[in-house]
Parts: sequence; structure tokens; C-alpha cells
Amino acid sequence: MKTLLRPAVSLFVLLTAVTGIVYPLAVTGIAKVAFPEAAAGSLIVKDGKAVGSRLIGQNFTDPKYFWGRPSATGPMPYNASASSGSNQGPLNPALVDAVKGRIEALKAADPDNKLPIPADLVNASASGLDPHISPEAAAYQVARVAGQRHLLAADVKALVSQHTEGRQLGVFGEARVNVLQLNIALDALR
Amino acid sequence: MSTHAWILLGLFLAVLLLTVKPLGTYIANVMDGRFRLAGKIESPLYRLCGIRPDEEMGWLKYAFAILLFNALGALTVYALQRLQADLPFNPQAFPGVSPDSAFNTAISFATNTNWQGYGGESTMSYLTQMLALAVQNFLSAATGIVVVIALIRGFARHTAKTIGNAWVDLSRVTLYVLLPISIVCAVFLTSQGVIQNFDAYQEVTTLEVTSFDNPKVDEAGQPVKDDNGAVVTEPAQTQTQTLAMGPVASQEAIKMLGTNGGGFMNANSAHPYENPTPLTNFIQMLSIFLIPAALCFTFGRMVGDTRQGWAVLAAMSIMFVTLAYAAMHFEQQANPLLTQLGVDSAAGSMEGKETRFGIADSGLFATITTLASCGAVNAMHDSFTPLGGLVPLLDMQLGEVVFGGVGTGLYGMLVFAIMAVFIAGLMIGRTPEYLGKKIEAFEMKIVSIAILVTPLLVLVGTAIAVMVADGRAGIANPGAHGFSEILYAFTSAANNNGSAFAGLSANTPFFNVMLGIAMWFGRFGVIVPVLAIAGSLAAKKRIAVGAGTLPTHGPLFVTLLICTVLLVGLLNYVPALALGPVIEHLVLWAAQ
Repeated sequence: MKTLLRPAVSLFVLLTAVTGIVYPLAVTGIAKVAFPEAAAGSLIVKDGKAVGSRLIGQNFTDPKYFWGRPSATGPMPYNASASSGSNQGPLNPALVDAVKGRIEALKAADPDNKLPIPADLVNASASGLDPHISPEAAAYQVARVAGQRHLLAADVKALVSQHTEGRQLGVFGEARVNVLQLNIALDALR
Repeated sequence: MSTHAWILLGLFLAVLLLTVKPLGTYIANVMDGRFRLAGKIESPLYRLCGIRPDEEMGWLKYAFAILLFNALGALTVYALQRLQADLPFNPQAFPGVSPDSAFNTAISFATNTNWQGYGGESTMSYLTQMLALAVQNFLSAATGIVVVIALIRGFARHTAKTIGNAWVDLSRVTLYVLLPISIVCAVFLTSQGVIQNFDAYQEVTTLEVTSFDNPKVDEAGQPVKDDNGAVVTEPAQTQTQTLAMGPVASQEAIKMLGTNGGGFMNANSAHPYENPTPLTNFIQMLSIFLIPAALCFTFGRMVGDTRQGWAVLAAMSIMFVTLAYAAMHFEQQANPLLTQLGVDSAAGSMEGKETRFGIADSGLFATITTLASCGAVNAMHDSFTPLGGLVPLLDMQLGEVVFGGVGTGLYGMLVFAIMAVFIAGLMIGRTPEYLGKKIEAFEMKIVSIAILVTPLLVLVGTAIAVMVADGRAGIANPGAHGFSEILYAFTSAANNNGSAFAGLSANTPFFNVMLGIAMWFGRFGVIVPVLAIAGSLAAKKRIAVGAGTLPTHGPLFVTLLICTVLLVGLLNYVPALALGPVIEHLVLWAAQ
């Protein structure tokens, strides 16, 4: 045992220094030089003030904005310092109630909408910070947003298409719309 | 399953298989000391540490070295968590972690489990994340790899007393395999948007004001509860969003590559700062299987017959494709209770999934992370459909041998291979042999222990937890799903996976201690027997291949190996699975 102790302790300390200090600092250095904007959080800056991140969703309930995914973070939705999903199982009555409530809110804001309700618009995301919705979820809201803002539906639709990304490299993931960037662009229209 | 899902699965497997031979050859060269730069780096290192590199160890000494090295790791992680309030790199001024949570996390990261009872971005300082947790990501991964290398040497050598030098093996794996690949991955991840900085959390002004119910706290900071025990809230408003920051990319890279899975953030690889794009998702899935797949080739190369490695890899791949298909298929089914409310069923089950990943990339990720004993998640398994959630459970219950953790997967699979040749030997009445080594009573006793330790920990642990109030108190979802949450927790802990049905409130003294025990014995209760087999095999003579030798590189053996893994897994777990996800499935489809 005694012959093992010195190598164990000294090797542990040395490898800790390499993997726990040198490695993260080296990566930070490279990232700062090569991808400074991404390394700092892909922030959206307006008039010198950070108004959000391209990658982190925000809470929207006003009918004149596009709404994002429901968020299960606490105590407030889209709490970006405590990410979390709902973790509700498929049979949980709380899940059914929550979805019912979200459907009612959508209907209340846009009673004439006859489109099928997109699943991602009424189911909470995994992180609680999902910045995207599906193109279907955006299309569902076009008439409402256009009506609230007295814009032509075609103009809003065009703006949505501008903010729609397809599958990455054509094969990875799903098509999606960045809600915060879309809403910022909407506000900039007028 | 959609065409997109098939293309994704095919592409994943194709890219993975392309990496197997080059990386497997490289690892074999590194471990055999044929890496050219090694001398210059290693001699000063060994002199400083008092290591004699050419002095090899018997299996017992090797096992002691590994245990000591990992115990040191666990102690350090514990200490850093407890003391983090007084240490630097703590911009959010997080207090020290509670003793039971720190105990659980120390074992969790030292055993390559990375079960997390805490929320990363609201608990751990940057120093704890990088100096305690990320270091263990490297060292626990290295531990798994050196143990399988020692076992391979047991097959490759004959009439030998030693199986290698643990210190040399650990240094080489860490410095030449894990570190360089991690650096490349980390830089790539940052290019896609994974953050890497030491800034304080960033406050931004949101477009809209958010109204919410804020829990009232008393002067001691404890939540105020009313007479019924419900938390009292008061209405509040905010237009500030606080973005968690930190050195995420460096930790993310080794978290996947070392099949660790411990997220910097609570939401793990679902968090946009950990896994921002579908491409990072693909690279993360690839990094999980990269080393486990390559080690199969390393194995073939080191025992002098690469067909042996390909056979093991074939068995793993067949089981992987089947299970991945099942997960993606079941998640594509929409929850019938929500379809009734008018929700479009075409998108599948979207609760707890991210839009950018959708069904296919979430289902595939879930299969890979649970088969590989990684435990990172990009979707919340707790919200999966009943059968979609059964797949990750079953993946772990097969013993984490289908690819499995780095090193651990292959040594687990080789234990099953010994079991398979033993069963074949019984059928034809011959002494079983594998790779020229006679399998005798001693090996079979040890193999039985190695195979049965984890099911014992899982089933007994689950039974205790559902019987006591402290265990049942953690359940988040009513009905059969609540049982599944507990079964999942012990399955994940004892198999060193680390993913969760995360609704379970596991950050309590009861679960922290119980799961800590399951993780420790689930890890070292297998490592020590595996090293004993390595020592015993190394000492044996090599016997020549005869007419009665079962070839262990053809389709017959691959089939036999798959059947052995499935049989043992199903015999152990079918009753428990029937009580959880199976009942839930029947109830859900009867309820509509």
C-alpha cells in the first residue's frame, strides 16, 4: 500500500492541474480569440444594452408578439439561471390540465383560429429556455399577430419565413423559427 | 419511423463505423507504449511522481491502485463542494453544498455516473465545476478504459503474472486520448454557440414584462407554507432575465467523450448553451459512442485477431439499431389524452423536448446516452411516452454493455462473452474456451458476481425505496409512473448511467445516501472482479484451436452473445418493468 500512496497522490495532483486548470483555461483562450461572440453567450445588443441571447428564449404572453414554447422553470417562466423541464408523465392529470389551460389561452387570444393546435405550442420544452418554435406553431399565430398590429398577414408571413431555419446541413434536427429574433424584427417594422 | 429518422440513424452509424479502425489502432498503439512523443512527456512525469514505468503490477495491486486513485478523486470532489464558498471563481457566491448532496455528487462523479441531485447553474461555483467535476470526467473515464485494457492483456498474455502498470496506463489514456480529442471537440462546440467564459451571470432586459407567483420566504430564507403545507406565493413582476454563464464548452466536450453525462446546467444537453444546434447534438451523440466503439477494434488488435473485435461490435450495433428504432418509433406517437383536446398528433410527443431536436434527434440521443452509460439528456425522459420511456430503462438494465461506458461497456460485454461460451460449452459438453483461454470454475464464479451485482443493487434498492416513506416522498408523478421514477433512479445509479426520470426529488438525505451506495458498488463491485478475471486469464497457458473450438468471430457467436445479454437482462427485470411502464402504457391507451 505504501508504495502506491506517493504515485497515487502525485499523479492525481498533476493530472488535476492539467485537466482542471490548464485545459479549461486553454479552451477559454482559444474560444475568446476565435469565437468571442459565441463564447460570451450570443448576446443580442441594442443601443449598447443586452436585450437577450439568440440562444435563450423569453416569455411572451402579449397577443401582439409571437409566443414561444411553454416553460416549466420556477419561480418565473424562462428563468435562465435555473433551467428545467416539467417532468410530467403522460398520464399526469397536471399535464392534461396545463395543456388545457394553454389551449384556452390561445383560443381566447384568437377565437376564430381553426388550424390544428401545434404540439410544441402547448407542451413545455426540456430546458424551459427553448428559443424556437416549429414553422407550424408560427403559422398558427400569424393571423393573430397581424390583426393585433394592423399589418397585412402576408407581410407577417414573409417576416416569419425570413426567420425560419431549415434542418441544419439538410439532415440534422428540425426546421424552426427563433421567437425572440422574430419579435424584435416585428417591433422594428414600425 | 419517419424517413428523416432512418437517414439520421444510418448517417450516425456510418460516421461512427468510419472512426472505429483509426481510433482503435491509435488507442492500441498508445496503450502498448508505441506513441512516439511519449518518452519526452512521460519520463519527467514519472520521475516527479515516483513511478517506475517498467515495473508491472499483478491484478490485486492494480485493483488497489485504481481504488486508491478513485478514492482520492471522491474525497477531493467532496472537499471542494463543501468549501466552495471560501474559494475563488465563485461569482454568484454560492454557499457550500450540503453534506449528503456533496457525498452523493462525489461518488457520482468518481464512478463515472454523474447522477445529479442538484441543479448545476444554481449550486456549483466555476471552480467546483472545473477543478472537481470536470477533472473526474477525465479520470473516471480513464479508469474505465485502463480496466478494459488490463482485461484485454489478460486474454493476450499467457503464463504471465502481471497485467500492466496502472499509473502508466492512466497517464497515457488521459494525456494522449482524452485530452486532445476534448480540446478539438470543445473548440468546435464553442464555434456553434456553447459558452466558454468566467463572467458573472449576465442580466438582460427582456422585451416583455413577466408576471409570476413568487414564493414568499421568511427571514431565514425558508419558504413560507400555509396550514395545508402549500407554499405561499405573492404576485411579482420582472423585466430582467439572468443568463447563467461559465466555462461550459470545456466541460461539455469531456462530459460526452468520457461517457460521463453530468451537465454544467440543470437541463443538461437540452440547455441551448450546452447544445445549441442540431449539429452540436450530432457531434455530442458521436462523442458518446466514439471511444466505446473504437475499443472493440483495440481489443481485436491487442489479442491478435481483429475479427474478434468486429464480432463484438456487430453484436452491439445490432442491439443498438433495434433499440434506437423502438425509442424513435414510440416517441413519434402523440399522447392520446392531448390529441383528444385538439392537439395536432403529427408532431409526436413534444412534452419535455426541444424544438430544434424534435422527435428523431431526441429519441436517438436518449438511446445512445442510456446504452452508453453516459446519462446526458437532450430531452426529459420523465415525460416520454410509457414505452418510449421503457427503452432508456431497458437500455441501462441490459448492463450498459451495448457500447456502454468508455471501457466499462467492453469489459462488461467481454464478461457476457465468457458467459456465452460457457453456455455453448454446456450445450455440447466441452470445457468452454475463449480466445485460447480455458474458462474454468474460478472465472465462472467471478463472472456470476460481476453480472449479478448491479441487478441486486437495482432491485433491492428500488424495493426498499418504495417501502419507506422517505423513498415515496420523492415521487413526482402519480400512479405506475411514480414507481418507474424510483426504478429508473436505482437502475441509473447502479449501472453508473446518471440520467433520470428527473421529476423524482432525489436531493434528500435518503436518496443521496442510497443512490451513493448503489453507484459505488455498481462501479467497483464490477471493476474488482473484472481485474481478478484479468489476472487469472493472464496466468493461464494458451491452448491451440481444435476441431471442437467454438469460433468466436462468426454470426453464430454474435447471435449467441446477443441472446445471452437479452436473456440475463430480461430475466432480471421483466417483473419490475411490468409494474412500471407496461402498466402505464395499458392505462394510457385504455383511458382515452
